[in-house]
Amino acid sequence: MNGPTGLGHSGPVRLDLSGLDTRPAQTWGAMRLVPLVRREPIEDLRLHAGLYDDDPATTVLSDATGCTTYVPHAFVATWSDDGTPVAAYGTQLGRPRRHMPVWTRRRMARHGDKSRLRFLPLHLAVEGFLALHFGGPVIVWEEWSRQAVAHGLSPRAEDAYLGMEIRGLEDALKVFEIHPEQCGLLLYTGDTLAAAFVVPHPEDYRALHPTLVLDLYGELVYDYALFYPARDFRATIDEDAVSSLADLRAEALRQEREWARFHDSVMAGGLIRAPDKVEEIERLGRFTLSRFLPAFERKSENHIGETIIDEEGQLAYLKTFRLSEAQSRRGHLLSTLAEHDWSLPATAAALGTGPAALGLRLERAGFGHLLRQDVLDGYRKARAERLSGRSRRTRPAGAPSPPA
Amino acid sequence: MDTYADLIECEDVLLFANAAITSTGQREFHGSAGEQRLSLDFLHRYIQGNYPDLYAATLALDINDHNAALIIANLLKQPGTGDGRLIAWRLARMSPPRVYRLFRELRRAGVNNRRTRAIIRDWLAGRPDLAFDAVKYRSAVKSAVRHAHLTLTGELGDFLFAPFSRTRYDTPVLEAWRRAHYDKSALYDLPYTVAEGFAARHGISRPIFLERVAPRLTGLERLRLAESAGAAGVATGADLAAMPLVRLASYVLSLAADVRTRRRAELVGALRASAARAAGARAGTWGSVAAVLDDSFSSFGSPVKRRRPLAVALACNYLLEALAGAYRGLWVSRRTDPLQARASGHTPLGQRILDALDTRPGMLVIVSDGWDNAPPGLAAEVLRVWRRKLDPGGEVGIVHMNPVYDADTFDVRRLSPMVPTAGIRDAEDLPALVELARFAEGRTGLAELRAYLADRAAR
Repeated sequence: MNGPTGLGHSGPVRLDLSGLDTRPAQTWGAMRLVPLVRREPIEDLRLHAGLYDDDPATTVLSDATGCTTYVPHAFVATWSDDGTPVAAYGTQLGRPRRHMPVWTRRRMARHGDKSRLRFLPLHLAVEGFLALHFGGPVIVWEEWSRQAVAHGLSPRAEDAYLGMEIRGLEDALKVFEIHPEQCGLLLYTGDTLAAAFVVPHPEDYRALHPTLVLDLYGELVYDYALFYPARDFRATIDEDAVSSLADLRAEALRQEREWARFHDSVMAGGLIRAPDKVEEIERLGRFTLSRFLPAFERKSENHIGETIIDEEGQLAYLKTFRLSEAQSRRGHLLSTLAEHDWSLPATAAALGTGPAALGLRLERAGFGHLLRQDVLDGYRKARAERLSGRSRRTRPAGAPSPPA
Repeated sequence: MDTYADLIECEDVLLFANAAITSTGQREFHGSAGEQRLSLDFLHRYIQGNYPDLYAATLALDINDHNAALIIANLLKQPGTGDGRLIAWRLARMSPPRVYRLFRELRRAGVNNRRTRAIIRDWLAGRPDLAFDAVKYRSAVKSAVRHAHLTLTGELGDFLFAPFSRTRYDTPVLEAWRRAHYDKSALYDLPYTVAEGFAARHGISRPIFLERVAPRLTGLERLRLAESAGAAGVATGADLAAMPLVRLASYVLSLAADVRTRRRAELVGALRASAARAAGARAGTWGSVAAVLDDSFSSFGSPVKRRRPLAVALACNYLLEALAGAYRGLWVSRRTDPLQARASGHTPLGQRILDALDTRPGMLVIVSDGWDNAPPGLAAEVLRVWRRKLDPGGEVGIVHMNPVYDADTFDVRRLSPMVPTAGIRDAEDLPALVELARFAEGRTGLAELRAYLADRAAR
């Protein structure tokens, strides 16, 4: 797998949604879809769904650096250097394809042409998450297995759900009424933010809206979609405050503003504060394609995502993926380990636990293969002894011993 | 005043009337065909079980043919319910294919009581040219004749049951049918749908066939074939102005934007002429009228009812223009040219109602499917505050017309309890529906409703 090309700069960064206005949500089943509209669409960067049809010679599998991906659809970003508007290249090809073969591709982001970049939506972000401290231990502490030292975390896998598998998502997207100047969508399931999607131009949005059902979604989104239906936030006007039609109009406007404020600060707050570590991937003229990782705080929203930002920091493209609890936990463990140079005792102390407990926690998180077998066995034995010691104390006298 | 039970009865009947006007058991934007049929079926059983006499009387309203056929079938299944004359009157107003479909339905359900047979017999006897029907709806006529135990005298019986037993027929249409089997020129004397099959059998090319069959086309066939025949270089000569308003609106909406621009004068002229015909003597009598017309994405309807809600809105636009002295039509999308209407975008209904109330029109008509989503519920609040605070005397009459049946609520979706909502199918019914909507406001009671139904039935 290729490493990131840019240098990551760490520390909390706020996602800047300025230039995008929140409009009233539309609900369907457990889904709440919040449209984002742009007052001024970005003309010199365009996105469209790329079809891999036109380019059959795609198999590049050289020695060990091959990367096989399932390609639901790809985006092609087109930009101009002098700020003149560009047409969305190839949008006339229409909808993204329904059935996709598996192809091998060399890189996640590739230049299709000099001023066109083709990339797979969300794969940058997911790759960033998978490659998190992928190299493994930086110091060869005795607890780590030979494989961990030699090959790092490889192989590393995470699960996600296809949009079509999420109950009600397809219908919700179908009956959603796209605003004329809409450039983005925030998707909530069970009233937690599931995914965010922003594009530069309303025409791009209309073309890419159906591709949302082909995207990846976290386990949490899948589960929450089975929950209770989302309820509309219905407008309420205080009739005592109204004495003329102008008042009524002002009240109606206030409703919309209040909703937008509530949404931006409360409902989308977790997303705006999500990026913690931003990595620059590619420069596209005055735009920058980058990906971000969250702080992996447990019991809070953790989004990974990718963005295209212009030189003034205006958001042109955004796509996020909500990590499940287990995925956040894994991210949290890996980052804490990396922070303490992969030293088990130091990490355990930072997490407020002992090395044995941390070792077992690593195993539960799916990283058991990183620890030496005998070390792990030692931890298991210690736990078994502790448990049996505790049960011996609590068992009443004369009761039979529990089965092994 | 009425008792509580009376109010419920009044409400139930109006609910049913709305459903019977709008629902066709087909897929809608927000609901599948299955949901629609299930919901409608329940409603029919509920009303028939609780209010058998009112159930039969709703036949007198402008309900759609789908529901009329359902009601008639349900009435005939239960001997002794319903008025035979009302049923016959309604059958006479339905299109023949629908009536034949109803007869088949009765046959499938095994409904064959004496009244059913008499109704089938009388309806067939009332057909202007049964031989023509026998050619055009051959199997349907055969099935109806069998089911009603009729004995057809003369050629017709032979034609249906032993068509090749005769070497020639005296009735021209039957003879044309016989000859069309081997004679290419004879098939042009047959109805279009039958001739089409023979043309395919004889391998006649489509342009030649269309050109020669053109004089035999019915009005609707002319309209339906206008585009495809036009591509083959044949003008069907559809008389747009003679079309019913909503059907014409549907046709206009099916055209591409540039075609509509090119044919603007012709299309607008036809829409205005059709609207003027529908308005009749009432033209220009409604005073100042404003309309809020929904052209959001949901007005697309569904692939089986393409752009139906939008077509109703467009038709209402032209009809209200004809009825009103001063008219202002506000589209939800803020587009200003009704001819270029298309179903896209969100539904900021509340804002547009405010815009419409700005000028304090004498009457405000809202044509929408009731899915108000930007923000949800604003239209209801605006209407509530307007009625409570700004116009408690009700100087501005507000009516909501909804072309879409909502399967979940067994009714058309309402905007606000302060404003009457009525289902609408054909724009021509608009004046009658505005009348009916009065009952929904709760100011007029059950006795008036019964009188109204009786009055309609007597007509």
